[in-house]
Amino acid sequence: MTPFQISRYTATTCLGRGIEPLRDALLAGRSGLKPCHFETVALQTWIGEVEGVDDEVLPARLSAFDCRNNRLAQIGLMQDGFAQAVQDAAQRYGKDRIGVFLGTSTAGILETELAYRRRDPVTGALPADFHYAGSHNTYSVGAFVQAWLGLTGPAVVVSSACSSSAKVFASAARMMAAGLIDAAVVGGVDSLCLTTLYGFNSLELTSPDACRPFDRNRDGISIGEAAAFALLERPAATLADDAILLLGVGESSDAYHMSSPHPEGRGARQAMEAALASAGLTAADIDYINLHGTSTPSNDAAEGKAVAAIFGAGTPCSSTKGATGHTLGAAGGVEAVISALALRDGFLPASAGTRDPEPGLDYLLATRQQPVRRALSNSFGFGGTNCSLILGRAG
Amino acid sequence: MTAPLSAWIHSIAVLGPGLPDWPTTAAVLRGTQSWTFAPTVLTAPDLLPPAERRRAVKVVKLALSVGLQATTAAGTDASALATVFTSSGGDGLNCHQICETLASDDRQISPTRFHNSVHNAAAGYWSIATGATAPSAVLCAYDGSFGAGLLEALAQVAVDKVPCLLIAYDADYPDPLRATRPIPDAFGVAMLLAPTPGEHPIGRLSAALTTDAAATLPDSELESLRRAIPAARSVPLLAAIANDTPGRIVLDYLDHAQMAVEFST
Repeated sequence: MTPFQISRYTATTCLGRGIEPLRDALLAGRSGLKPCHFETVALQTWIGEVEGVDDEVLPARLSAFDCRNNRLAQIGLMQDGFAQAVQDAAQRYGKDRIGVFLGTSTAGILETELAYRRRDPVTGALPADFHYAGSHNTYSVGAFVQAWLGLTGPAVVVSSACSSSAKVFASAARMMAAGLIDAAVVGGVDSLCLTTLYGFNSLELTSPDACRPFDRNRDGISIGEAAAFALLERPAATLADDAILLLGVGESSDAYHMSSPHPEGRGARQAMEAALASAGLTAADIDYINLHGTSTPSNDAAEGKAVAAIFGAGTPCSSTKGATGHTLGAAGGVEAVISALALRDGFLPASAGTRDPEPGLDYLLATRQQPVRRALSNSFGFGGTNCSLILGRAG
Repeated sequence: MTAPLSAWIHSIAVLGPGLPDWPTTAAVLRGTQSWTFAPTVLTAPDLLPPAERRRAVKVVKLALSVGLQATTAAGTDASALATVFTSSGGDGLNCHQICETLASDDRQISPTRFHNSVHNAAAGYWSIATGATAPSAVLCAYDGSFGAGLLEALAQVAVDKVPCLLIAYDADYPDPLRATRPIPDAFGVAMLLAPTPGEHPIGRLSAALTTDAAATLPDSELESLRRAIPAARSVPLLAAIANDTPGRIVLDYLDHAQMAVEFST
């Protein structure tokens, strides 16, 4: 594919608002996970919660969108000069020439869960203040972000579970290649709710402690929440050495099982090989792999086999979910931002929480500071939906 | 503009109330057959493994049925096809049951119910049933979900130069969600789109955004269907195809942008 520039990027996670606290925590190998005291949830597990989401107030004109997911989206949009960068792009291209492509798995389902507790005891009706389109519908975060930024181009939400906000890069890149738009706001927003906490618990996929990706004793995920955004444009005529480019995207489907990956990592391997082909690169060109690395026994085993089959044991890799939690539909966006930071600042982030890694990979237990030219980021989801992104430095 | 957003239509499938397939739907849209209103009949395809077939929820049955109708009509091997799934919502009953459980004293959700709650459940089951390992886009744009899916499918055909199966589907919710999202019944439409005409092309499509108003349907019952079910926002385009009428059809998309589709034969 023709490379695109990721001209601005930001992420808000349990490590803090914007990229500076995220970067500092990754450099220090620090985790933002804590025991779960979210809402009325009574589960023994750990979570990655963003502080202060419920204190966020949406503009009055957008009050129909009020829900935890969109409050988190708004916090995310206001970090690192992201909204201003989009406004500048709208001046250059026109507000109808910028698309919005966001991933989510939860949308504002928490609002629906809470509304079900307030049903009319006689009729069973939901409370009058429940707003289906603004919070419940999967598209709500797309409509909210587009309206908040004042854009009028194409907009869509990708909801393919945990690959959602990686796959948005593919959709946006195609629309730009087709000439329909000149720039795209991509990313993902997923927020804590009871459906995912109790749902993953019912599948016995949550850890009772902080997750330990790729550890021999890993025992499940820690669910997190996040908002990550990137502005995608055609590359500027002259690029600074630390400009970040999207070099390749690879997608595949497992065709195997709804909630377990193919045991040999067939779909994961297909996605990574497609990303390398899309970027015109070989395995030897990749300096760092941000693994999907959910920390469940079967996911990490399948991904490890797929990575070893393509890269052998020589490519440094880590999962950053021990620091951020598994932010589900936002994970691909968060990890693309982490990969961009690794490229910009020259470091390989450690896997927080992991102590005794599976053999066979160059798995990072401590952060290394060294130049990184190209990074691959994996995102694999429920239903066997896979996406790998390759990001690189301009110089 | 490096690659125009256009594609050839190789096949069409429809499943909706009183509309069991594309030939019947086309006859209704041509006015040569009256529309006998009846609730949409959904069955789980035989292709699904037995356990999955038993547990298949409404949107999965709907999406897989129209998808298979379209690949059968085109004589295409489904396992090799890239797909675009687009829907305004997931399975309503499943969602209702999860929210009801979470509002009760015992919050244990069944694992099957949870994995059916993801918006990409239909895409996952499609890939399992057909063996398709190609990429699958899974989209939502509220009432504009058909338009969003069409744009994505056209971009895949134009940019990746591959055939792409577009599957747009929406099903009704149970109470109390029904009061907030009054979709009356299930409706699905599938189109196999490709960069080359193939042996028996139905016609050619191209699309661009516009601020013009969306087309409405002269028949009041069909217009009600169009307005009530997001996937049925496709019906003005289906009517032009059924009547073999080349021209420009404006479809509903987002609040501030509609989609101008050019149909040619």
